Amino acid sequence: MGAAFDSITFKASLCDGCGDCMTSCSEAKGGEARLSIVPGAKAGAFELAICRQCGDPKCVQVCPSGALDKHAGSGVIGWASDKCVDCLLCTAGCAYGGIAVDASVSRVAKCDQCEGDPACVKSCPTGALEFRKAGSIFNEYGGKEDLFVPGLSGCQGCNSELIMRHAMRKIGRNAVLATPPGCIPGMGSVGYNGKTGTKVPVFHPLLTNTASMLSGIRRYYDKVGRKDIVVMALAGDGGTADCGFHAVSGAAERGEKILYVCVDNEGYMNTGMQRSGTTPYGSWTSTTPVGEHMQGKTQDAKNLPMIMTAHRCRYVATASTGYMEDLYEKLDRAIEASFEGFAYLHIYSPCPTGWRIPSSKVIDACRMSVDSNFNPLWEYTNSTGLRFTRSPDNALPVAAYVKMIGKYRHLSPDQLAHIQAKVDEQVALLKLMAAEAPPPPAAHRAPAGSSTPAGADLSQSARREIARN
Amino acid sequence: MPEAKYLLVGSSHAALEALRAIRLHDPDGSMAMLTRDAALPYSPTILPYVVSGRSAPDKVLLRDPGFFAANNCAYVPNARAVSLDTKAKAVSLETGEVWRYQSLLIATGAAPVIPPVKGLDGVGYHVLRTLADAQGLRSAMGAAKSAVVLGAGLVGLHAAENLAEAGLKVSVVEMQTHVLPGYFDAKASDRIESAFTQHGVELRLGRKVVEVAGPDCRVTLDDGSVIAADLLLVATGVRPVTDWLEGSGISLDKGVLVDDLMRTNADGVWAAGDVAQATDFHSGSQALIGIIPTAVEQGKIAGQGMAGDPYRKEYPGGLAVNTYRFFGRVALSIGRATATEAVETVESEEGGYRRLVLEGNRLVGVASVDQPFDVGIMGELIRRRIDLSQCKDAFLARPVETGRRLMSEQWR
Repeated sequence: MGAAFDSITFKASLCDGCGDCMTSCSEAKGGEARLSIVPGAKAGAFELAICRQCGDPKCVQVCPSGALDKHAGSGVIGWASDKCVDCLLCTAGCAYGGIAVDASVSRVAKCDQCEGDPACVKSCPTGALEFRKAGSIFNEYGGKEDLFVPGLSGCQGCNSELIMRHAMRKIGRNAVLATPPGCIPGMGSVGYNGKTGTKVPVFHPLLTNTASMLSGIRRYYDKVGRKDIVVMALAGDGGTADCGFHAVSGAAERGEKILYVCVDNEGYMNTGMQRSGTTPYGSWTSTTPVGEHMQGKTQDAKNLPMIMTAHRCRYVATASTGYMEDLYEKLDRAIEASFEGFAYLHIYSPCPTGWRIPSSKVIDACRMSVDSNFNPLWEYTNSTGLRFTRSPDNALPVAAYVKMIGKYRHLSPDQLAHIQAKVDEQVALLKLMAAEAPPPPAAHRAPAGSSTPAGADLSQSARREIARN
Repeated sequence: MPEAKYLLVGSSHAALEALRAIRLHDPDGSMAMLTRDAALPYSPTILPYVVSGRSAPDKVLLRDPGFFAANNCAYVPNARAVSLDTKAKAVSLETGEVWRYQSLLIATGAAPVIPPVKGLDGVGYHVLRTLADAQGLRSAMGAAKSAVVLGAGLVGLHAAENLAEAGLKVSVVEMQTHVLPGYFDAKASDRIESAFTQHGVELRLGRKVVEVAGPDCRVTLDDGSVIAADLLLVATGVRPVTDWLEGSGISLDKGVLVDDLMRTNADGVWAAGDVAQATDFHSGSQALIGIIPTAVEQGKIAGQGMAGDPYRKEYPGGLAVNTYRFFGRVALSIGRATATEAVETVESEEGGYRRLVLEGNRLVGVASVDQPFDVGIMGELIRRRIDLSQCKDAFLARPVETGRRLMSEQWR
């Protein structure tokens, strides 16, 4: 498995041209800034010149003195000042102005990512610059055991497979997995002909009883003293928000110690793309068609993760594969919380087939759904309340998101305005909840009113160990 | 008889990039790199810095033996190729050894051209193309008080600067009326020339050498004047090393003729780097552009072709590129920086000299002195033929800033 690298990313839409990044770079490194913000094509728009730490770095290839080298571990292209003869050929190799002459010393200078803690990113007030650590995640978990068979038959570009494989790599073999009817068992995780597609015990409950069955399994494991097992579901939005909701709600109400992951593709996609309770307003589905009389779904989606916060679960969070670092942190917390109470993780999963998105654009759609506040990222605990894990400020217009997606192609301006208004309303409500959240208490408390039988206690550190896997 | 699936003849930038490209696609196929040099790979471009002492012979090596072991490539120094049999797929060495191959890369680079000057054979002169040449020049420089450099190209000027900085009295003789012809226009050259003059280097431009006599090296010019010196450096250009290909059936012109996939006319034979005569970006015809960026690009394409990598791209054509430092100052040029006919030129002399050359609102060349710019960005604007009509005023006024903006946009 090859190495992946962390990288500094730039979101031009968030940059206001303040130049703080350049100032902090200059202060951190001495000399001229090693990145430059330049005016963009339109007034108020800005662009960035910075070393991209290319995978196929021309600057390194054209260097006659061997002064430049791509570090195998960090991926950073390093510059050895003692080997460099100042010929400037590297500046001819770079297409982005990422290595340029620092006039203060008349030598080249380039970004070294400040050894994994870039000063520019820390000083960026708008979030336009980010240090994305998905590369580290890949390196850390890519080598871990994959708990699904190769060749799951998901649609091309579907990120559910990504979610399943990543989540189970992290959770490890100490798990019992329920995959109720939906795309996840449909693509082969429950297996064929008496063999499972998963290397952990897996079962296929009904759409309606997933959380109930998991409750029983957990209670049994507790009874026999096996408190180290992660009892979990990888379920779809239909099985969670609609047909299975009573079971989910009941388990949450009882504080069952379960990790419930809802992979939300906004409909019953594997049975032919019917609408579900989480299908957003205006969406085309096979049961909310677009034609002479109907223009997609006429109701708004229910916000299931917000409903779960009303159950005062131990942990509730939304996540997106567009932001893997965030998803991983939430997986950690959700796993740990599932030893103490109900942990609910809602992961957005655009469906290339049912939403009519090119398979190559699914992760882009994930990012855009977050960046436009269509799917804000937040987490909730019953002791600390709700907090955003990505700022909902400076969001893109929702139009930028829906135009990527075929199921919204027919939207009228009125429908679009409706969606934007609902997105704004939802963020306003979440902000209110985040503002009203009580300050974190000194110690975590057990969920009040938990009726789960108390087995042998697992120490906090042991739970963390399992959570870290 | 030694045999390699991939046989690379030459050991500088083109061959090293071919190696890399081959190994990306075929990690196992047997490979050997033959070189007439005694050392591990190094770049001829580094040599003036060895002469000056800025670098050193042990610091210039681009790869170590561990690299070749890790890449499963036999590195064979002191192996001068003397003939090629494309039917038998075999390369003969000076030592008598014969290497068989399945795919061959000709990357033998270039060697100094020695002009037919009367008496030159009879004196001990220096050239600067190999590490041994650089070490020889550096030691001779220590004992000498004066020097004559024939040729005011990059090698000649670099060496002249080194010699002058070492305290020698230096004269440079150049047939053309300006230094670095082809890379810079007269205004840019003037600035470079005056720097040399200020540092005590005598430039004899527009002059030919008619005779060289020993033993103290007396150089007679075509105006009858005589320069006496105790060190002579011949830097009148280089020529592809193709003598070993005579009679092989490989098509030769000034260099080895290659198509846009770096293939020669012979089956299983590629060529790249200074030895190759490949497409010129501007003219579309085959030309010699002996610089590192073209060697790297060509080497990669050749390596991909040799390994059968389906993701290879055709050569977009070479662009002349020059990044030149003189007495701590900077002169840069790319593309048709000296063009005057049927082009729009915009010159600026504020805080250094800059010359932008456009054709139909598209950049075709840039040069500057004392005003650094992102050479790579300008190269991309030229190569991608980016239409500048929407931002022309901004580009002409602030080319660096606007270039960075355009490439940042292109990237997204």
